[in-house]
Amino acid sequence: MLDKKKGLVVVAIENGTVIDQIPPDKLFKVVSILNLDTLDCQITVGNNLKSNKIGTKGIIKITGKYFEPSVINKIALIAPNAKLNIIKDYQVIEKRNIDIPDEINNIIRCANPKCITNNEPVETLFHVIDKENVKVKCHYCERSISQESIIMK
Amino acid sequence: MNKRSFVSITDYSKEKMLKILDYAAEFEANPNRDTLANKVVATLFFEPSTRTKLSFETAINRLGGKVIGFSDASTTSSSKGESLKDTIVMVSNYADLIVIRHPLDGAARYASEVADIPVINAGDGSNQHPTQTMLDLYSIKKTQGTLENLNIVMVGDLKYGRTVHSLLMAMSHFNPSFTFIAPDELKMPDEYKQFCYEKGIKYHEESELKDISNADILYMTRVQKERFQDIIEYEKVKNIYTLRNKMLDNTKPTMRVLHPLPRVNEIDTDVDANEKAYYFKQAKNGVFARQAIICDALGLI
Ligand SMILES: [Zn+2]
Repeated sequence: MLDKKKGLVVVAIENGTVIDQIPPDKLFKVVSILNLDTLDCQITVGNNLKSNKIGTKGIIKITGKYFEPSVINKIALIAPNAKLNIIKDYQVIEKRNIDIPDEINNIIRCANPKCITNNEPVETLFHVIDKENVKVKCHYCERSISQESIIMK
Repeated sequence: MNKRSFVSITDYSKEKMLKILDYAAEFEANPNRDTLANKVVATLFFEPSTRTKLSFETAINRLGGKVIGFSDASTTSSSKGESLKDTIVMVSNYADLIVIRHPLDGAARYASEVADIPVINAGDGSNQHPTQTMLDLYSIKKTQGTLENLNIVMVGDLKYGRTVHSLLMAMSHFNPSFTFIAPDELKMPDEYKQFCYEKGIKYHEESELKDISNADILYMTRVQKERFQDIIEYEKVKNIYTLRNKMLDNTKPTMRVLHPLPRVNEIDTDVDANEKAYYFKQAKNGVFARQAIICDALGLI
């Protein structure tokens, strides 16, 4: 990441997790979904960085922290093409794609205003019915919601 | 969550549906029993639906059960701001089974998760009304002798009509052919057409109620004025979907006309005397289907 002309764009980390290739408009949503604001470890956030793959991108580096797949997969709905790098001793020891889970628990809000989850204190639950096109179905009102209509809680 | 709850038509497998229909036939042959002696059933109607409530309570009374409940949420504690969860948990302490009708989509699923007794959905908003579907299936099987390989013609509001969506899902187990007849504004949603396509179910769409000579079942629904953005469109189509007696002339002798009721003007009263008109008997079948569903939910059959 050391670029002679521009200097250090994003610092390398010794141990931890790097989430790369995040669409810039989704970066801070990723921060909030993973509750990174509540962690006390060292976190570096970069946004609108040049990317050969997606034009501009966001990147998050979290020092000394590794995530369970079930946790990291929560971001699949908003950044399904993000890449996950597991770092140990400055080396990428594992690259992971984000997998869309079968069920999404209490992360998104139902788009149906008449849904019980929007009228009573009910945790939302969605079943993923189409992983390729990111289509989900509300466990309660049974309404299908496509990716562009997904609203985060 | 009680596993015997019946919230959505997809909670029943094909085998389960057929089992319930067999039991419904037994209840029809002998409707008065004491199967529910010493059982208390709560009928919680958070919105009024006299027809459905009477049907359920008739089913319970004919089986010797006791009924508690209310028929309008404005007379209950929920109008004082009590949450649905609290009402359900409280009633779970009193009754053996809950029958719930609620204006919000998904309310019955939620109730089934917070109750430790079984819950039967008697209609949750625009989502599901699965006991209606079971009585529709019972009526179809009774009049046609089978559920397999039938031509089902659905007419009217196919966009918002939850009964046609549930019936479509239920019939998908039995190799049907569908004809969807609806105005442009109220066409069958793509989601259900996609479902048919994936299941290899034949369907075609029409915009006028004309050729029904091949129909085994003509399933009529109400075209409601309030569904139209443009009132002129409503005025244009409202009479196209009215069934009149003479339109039944060239239909199969075994064909039957179904309607979830209440009807307004989509079936002319001159059809009522025709032997093909089945909608009032269909409503009567609701009691037998609900007797079977209630006994199943309580593990009594
Ligand atoms: Zn919902």
